[in-house]
Parts: sequence; C-alpha cells; structure tokens
Amino acid sequence: MTNVLRKIYVALIFIFLYAPIGTLIVLSFNASKSRAKWGGFTFKWYAELFQNEAIMQALTNTILLAVLSSVIATIIGTVAAIAINKMNRTGRTIWMGVTNIPMLNAEIVTGISLMLLFITVGMRFGFVTILLSHITFNIPYVILSVMPRLKQLNPSTYEAALDLGAPPLKAFFKVVLPDLAPGIFSGLLMAFTMSLDDFIITHFTKGPGVDTLSTKIYSEVRKGIKPEMYALSTLIFVSVLILLLLVNRTPKDKSKNKV
Amino acid sequence: MKNKKLNSLMASPYILWSIAFIIIPLIMVFYYGLTDKDGAFTLENITAITAPEHIKALSIALLLSLISTVICLLLAYPLAMILANMKGNQDKLIVLIFILPMWMNFLLRTLAWQTLLEKSGVINQVLEFLHLPALEIINTPYAIILGMVYNFLPFMILPIYNVLCKIDPNVINAAKDLGANNFMTFIKITLPLSIPGIISGITMVFVPALTTFIISNLLGGSKILLIGNVIEQEFLQANNWHLGSGLSMVLMIFIVISMIVTAIFDKDGEGSAL
Repeated sequence: MTNVLRKIYVALIFIFLYAPIGTLIVLSFNASKSRAKWGGFTFKWYAELFQNEAIMQALTNTILLAVLSSVIATIIGTVAAIAINKMNRTGRTIWMGVTNIPMLNAEIVTGISLMLLFITVGMRFGFVTILLSHITFNIPYVILSVMPRLKQLNPSTYEAALDLGAPPLKAFFKVVLPDLAPGIFSGLLMAFTMSLDDFIITHFTKGPGVDTLSTKIYSEVRKGIKPEMYALSTLIFVSVLILLLLVNRTPKDKSKNKV
Repeated sequence: MKNKKLNSLMASPYILWSIAFIIIPLIMVFYYGLTDKDGAFTLENITAITAPEHIKALSIALLLSLISTVICLLLAYPLAMILANMKGNQDKLIVLIFILPMWMNFLLRTLAWQTLLEKSGVINQVLEFLHLPALEIINTPYAIILGMVYNFLPFMILPIYNVLCKIDPNVINAAKDLGANNFMTFIKITLPLSIPGIISGITMVFVPALTTFIISNLLGGSKILLIGNVIEQEFLQANNWHLGSGLSMVLMIFIVISMIVTAIFDKDGEGSAL
C-alpha cells in the first residue's frame, strides 16, 4: 500500500515538472496561432521554422555561445581546479569562495554587475559581452564538478608514471586526465546546458540586434510567441531525449561523477 | 620549486578571470550604489528602499519567496526520501529532474503555465470533469508562487536527496534495533542528519525566488512588481544605474545572510547540489 502511494507521489511530481513541457509539445502541432485554442493538428510550424531567419539566427547565436562558453569554461575551469587543489589551505578557501560567488549570488546581481563593468570599460554590447558573461558563470560549474574527482585521485599513479620514465606532460595526459574525464565531462555538459537555458544574465549583457533564443522569446511575450518557437523547442527537447535514451542503452561505464 | 611556479602559472588564468569578471563587477555595483550622478558619495540609493513602492516590492518578494521555499521543502522532502530509498542509477534521476527540463527553454516552460492555468485551460477542464471548483489564479500572486515552485523545486530536491543518500543505513538500523519506531527514527536520525541538505536547498530556492523578475512578469500579468522587477526597470528602462545598484545592495544583504546560514550549517559542502 505505502509502495503504491509512493509511486503515485513520484508520478505526481513528475507530472508537475513535465506538464508544461508536454503543453509546449502539443502547442507545436496546434494549427491555431493562439495558445488558448486547439485548431487541429498540423506540421506547418515545423516547415515554417526553417524559413524564419530571425529564429534561425537566434538559434545559431545560442548554440555558438553554448559551445564556445562551455568549452572555454571547461579548459579554464579544469586547469583552475587542478591549481586550486594544490594550493595551501588559505588559497584554497579564498578561491573556492570566489568560485561560489556566481553560484550563490542572485543572477540579476551578476547580470547588472557585468553590465556595469562593460559600460565602464566602454565595450560595445553584443555577442562578445554575452560570451564573456557566459564563460564567467560557467567556470564554477566546471570547477565544482572536477574538484571531487581530484580529491579522489591517487597521486601515486602519476608518480608511478614519472618513475617509469614518462615526461610530466605525458604522464598527466595518460594518467591524470582519464581519471578526471567524467568530472570534466559532467562539468562541460552542465555548463553547456546552463548557457543554453540562460536568460537573465544574457538579458543584461546583450546589445541591440543580437538575440539568443531566450531573449527572442522574451521580446515576443507581449505580441504572442510565434508557434515556430514551440516547434523548435520540441525539436531540441526530443533530440536530447533520444540522445539520452541512446546513451543509456550503451553498456554502463564505471561509476560516473554525479552532477 | 618548479612545481610551485607551474601551479601559480596554472592558477593565473582563472585568478585573472575572476578578478576581472567577478570581483571588479561587484565593486562596480557598490561604487554605483554609493554615488550619485556626479560621482559624489551618497546613501540615498540605499535609503531609497524605504520609499513606499520599493518597500512594497521588497515585502511582496520576501513573502512570495518564503511561501514558495516552504512549499518546495514540503514537496521535495518526501520525494527525496522516496528516491533515496529506491535502488537504481541515480545519474538518470538527476538528469530527469534537473538537466532534461532545462533543454526546453525556461521562459517557454513558465509561459506554458499560462496555457495550463487559463479559464478554459487544461487544468480547469480536468477540475470541471471532477466536479471541482475552477482555479482562477492566473495573473495573481498565487500564479507567481506556482511559477517559483515549478522553476526552483529541483534545486530543493537535489541537495536533500544527496545528503539522504549519504546517510549510513546502519545508523538507521541501529535506531530501529534499539526500539525506535519509524517516526522516531525519522525525527531523531534522518531529519537531523539531512539538515545540511535542507539548508542548502532553502538557499538555492530562496535566493532566485526573492530576486526573480521574469516569473512575476510572465505569470503575474506584470501588475505585481517584485523587487527584482524594480531593479530590472531601473537598469534597462529608467537607466538609473545608481538607484538600481543601491537597491541591489539591499537585496545582497538577504543573499549574504542566506550564504552565512548555509556556511554555518553545511561546513563540508555536503549539501551542495553539485
């Protein structure tokens, strides 16, 4: 009995979390332009999506930002995590504290603080300012997911590689890096997702004429969201879902780092 | 000491980056918040919080975010307990609760609640079918609370789930062997051991809920102004960066308080969601 109740509870929470997503998928097939009315089933929006230059441009920007910011953040963050891990206690406390600032601070404060910085140094607001901001809020995710892996690392393996004559750099790439890989990968994935879904910080650091999907959607809220946007989100969501299902079907690898 | 040199060389990109993009920008907020348009020192931007419209925005934001945090805690704790007791792969779960929904744009997901909550929307049709009274909460503070709970619930589930998973089952068994019933075991063992997760979850829900301006914009019919809305307008519409910074500094007081509380209760970062 309690078991059934538990399952019902889990199911209800999942319905709560996924109801809006289901709604958006349904809306993407809605022939009526209005959100509130069902006008019959159509694939029209999927066809029109690829003709819509503004949405395609926003999509390109979003993906470009997510790829660049997550890769750069992963490189800086991984190197930083290794360095911070080797620091003395004080250094570690200070830099982990700094790392936690963007994580714990309100996004609106991070957004306006970066906006004030870019205004003060006279930077033109556009793609570059958004990219710098995304890298900034992505680095902590990488550091925080690489750090636990570093702590589990057995230093003797690296020393053994050196003893066996491997040059330090080779020893690092052959011995240390594979051990860190799951942490680095989950940091990268986290950073990519965060960049993709970000609205608030982009809102404050973007310039006129440059839009990501989030800011484009925000500008359409008053006029009404174009149904093509639902079609695009459904496509993105379904492809990620399929990707996840495929990944889960491949044989399990060893203990993965939890995000 | 070649190693030490190498280490500082490795640390330098991040150190420079965080000074330039984390520390200096925060100093800029303080600078703007404490000066007027001519650059003279003033406390006016901070005391501006006492203006009736600002106090009202701050108190509504505090009220709604506190209610949402409590609801999130009440919903998340049982779920985290159920999930922690389940066998299986926890990665999958985290992906389903936390990561996968993020691949559907957050603004669209929040907007979808409008469709669900509308007078003739899905929820009301279900309620009608069950002969229950219709729910008319769109464009009210209730809709904002719903939006906050919806958006931030995963941030409450994860830290609690993480600490619950780390509790040694032997401790629970010992309590039961010593004659405690399920309820007593929960009150005396599970709950106290999960406090770091609870506190960390509370911060992770409370801070974004307190400072949001989008959820109120999208679900509150832009009639209800939260402190986040006021700050956003000062920056992007009124272009009064000084006032906006001053109000942000007031907001930061609440953020710092919750950070300190987290640090006290969660010394080893056990409860962090990452």
